[in-house]
Amino acid sequence: MSTTPTSTGPTRTSPTGTSPVRALTDGWVVAKRNVIKIKRVPEILVFVLLSPIMFVLLFAYVFGGAIDPGAGLDYKEFLIGGIFAQTVVFGATFTGAGLAEDMQKGIIDRFRSLPMSRSAVLVGRTTSDIIYNVLSLAIMALTGLLVGWRVREGVLDALAAFALLLLFAYAISWVMGYIGLLVPSVEVINNASFLVIMPLTFVSNAFVPTERFNSFLRPFVEWNPVSAVTQACRELFGNTSAAVPVPDAWSMQHPVLYTLLWVVGILIVFVPLSVRQYRIASSR
Amino acid sequence: MSDMIRATGLVKRYKNTTALAGLDLIVPEGTVLGLLGPNGAGKTTAVRILATLLQPDEGTAEVAGVDVLADPMGVRARIGLSGQYAAVDEHLTGFENLEMVGRLYGMSRQTASARARALLERFDLVEAGDRPSKTYSGGMRRRLDLAGALVAEPPVLILDEPTTGLDPRSRQQMWAVIRDLVSDGTTLLLTTQYLEEADLLADDIVVIDHGRAIAQGTADELKSRTGGERIEVVVADVARLDDAVRALAVVAHGEVQADPARRSVTAAVEDDGAYRLMRVLQALSDDGVELLDVGLRRPTLDDVFLTLTGRVAEGDDAAGSTTEEVSA
Ligand SMILES: Nc1ncnc2c1ncn2[C@@H]1O[C@H](COP(=O)(O)OP(=O)(O)O)[C@@H](O)[C@H]1O
Ligand SMILES: [Mg+2]
Repeated sequence: MSTTPTSTGPTRTSPTGTSPVRALTDGWVVAKRNVIKIKRVPEILVFVLLSPIMFVLLFAYVFGGAIDPGAGLDYKEFLIGGIFAQTVVFGATFTGAGLAEDMQKGIIDRFRSLPMSRSAVLVGRTTSDIIYNVLSLAIMALTGLLVGWRVREGVLDALAAFALLLLFAYAISWVMGYIGLLVPSVEVINNASFLVIMPLTFVSNAFVPTERFNSFLRPFVEWNPVSAVTQACRELFGNTSAAVPVPDAWSMQHPVLYTLLWVVGILIVFVPLSVRQYRIASSR
Repeated sequence: MSDMIRATGLVKRYKNTTALAGLDLIVPEGTVLGLLGPNGAGKTTAVRILATLLQPDEGTAEVAGVDVLADPMGVRARIGLSGQYAAVDEHLTGFENLEMVGRLYGMSRQTASARARALLERFDLVEAGDRPSKTYSGGMRRRLDLAGALVAEPPVLILDEPTTGLDPRSRQQMWAVIRDLVSDGTTLLLTTQYLEEADLLADDIVVIDHGRAIAQGTADELKSRTGGERIEVVVADVARLDDAVRALAVVAHGEVQADPARRSVTAAVEDDGAYRLMRVLQALSDDGVELLDVGLRRPTLDDVFLTLTGRVAEGDDAAGSTTEEVSA
């Protein structure tokens, strides 16, 4: 242990810890840390990738025969958009659990004592979780193709569908991240997010055509953002049929725009809420 | 501006406890202040307030001239903190941990990387530098955490119980590192449960209990108030305890404490501990008092507490009470 302090002090590339640029650069540094963890604990990745495969196979073969969306459309085709939407929404639970875990780790004290952006831990976590979603979408798409799903519109449209799914997942990540900061316990997160996610995904058009719901639930189904994402995917992938009419509701007529509105709305509400909650939670 | 840390009337209350009950602290530039107290005294609370991790209910604090409440970012840019529990990411290697901290200080990749390598070298972690830190020993993890606090070469360093839980060898190593640091002129606030540690590292010591300062001074001043070394004898027959008390009273500086439950008698002596111990043993032997154990030891936090407050420190492991025994 020698005494050789470096002659020059730290070089600051940007001055303040509160600028939006710092939020992005610091968020990127934290995201890189999370990605390193994916590499070091690959078991997590296995589960992230196995569950979408299971979803596709389960729905394709267990319910595939039981639910008939209507003449001329194979249930698997109808289904895949719904499974994509459901899986990315469920995947957001990871963000909540990951943040809850972060908050219990000693490293959070280091982060808090640095002149870094206050939102970096959140930006980092939600960013690195995009990687999980990209991977699970890729795996699901491959599994889907194997069981008979087909993209019937152009490649660009399909890419737009995936981009929309990722955007929506990113927004939901912030919601779950907020819950993760509110109740920093991984078990509670898993149960709490179940309470939110189950109704959202099952009372939607993801697995059952809208007109099969009774008139009491139907408005919820039509205005449910999960339905909009699902509908948008079906249209962009070309997995639609005259046998499954699009409801008249504005949300279902403009599913892409409606989804984007939700994404923006969620971010406007939950980014500041989460940043505030991070401050409260980390100073307990 | 020569006080690097200045805290006035810090109060922090929790539901059932008052962690800080009006604490004042002053650390002049380039000096080391030891905050000495048992478990639960409020050391960590004070540290967290100064490091902007916690807001006080009352009181003000300035670090390097920057108000902790008004400009926490400014304070963070000027301090290095190594908390009671190592703040390192267990999945990252030592190098990755330090590089990440550098990047979060706003350093370029090259600067952060070079700084990380230099710190690994300085803290004897070169070999382990590319292993995930969860494979590190407790001492290595503390050193890595301390290195993390030094990444930006802050003018003020805050260390919360840097050696608690370390084995004696790692503790010695940590002490060497810290002495090295302060010789560079860094201002240091150090909390500890060990009088010996404060004595070794600090210029000035504040003893705290129940969130307030109960004594302040240099190690020597505190020692002269609490007496120097301790002579302790344990008698075989509790009926002879009073004889032992009388024998120790002859050489004692201040009161002699008897503990019938342990059949022990303790007295502080001002100087010439070994010589006085011999005289005590001679007297007891002449008197025919049979002894089970004899010791000469340096004063501990317990002794300081006993002298200052008349009671034993309450913390669950008010450490150091038995570790520094020197057999005679
Ligand atoms: N978050 C908290 N909630 C409730 N009580 C707390 C909290 N943090 C500390 N305390 C209490 O405040 C007192 C001081 O704690 P602390 O500053 O950690 O002491 P030390 O670091 O000297 O051991 C203790 O009685 C402790 O139980
Ligand atoms: Mg403590």
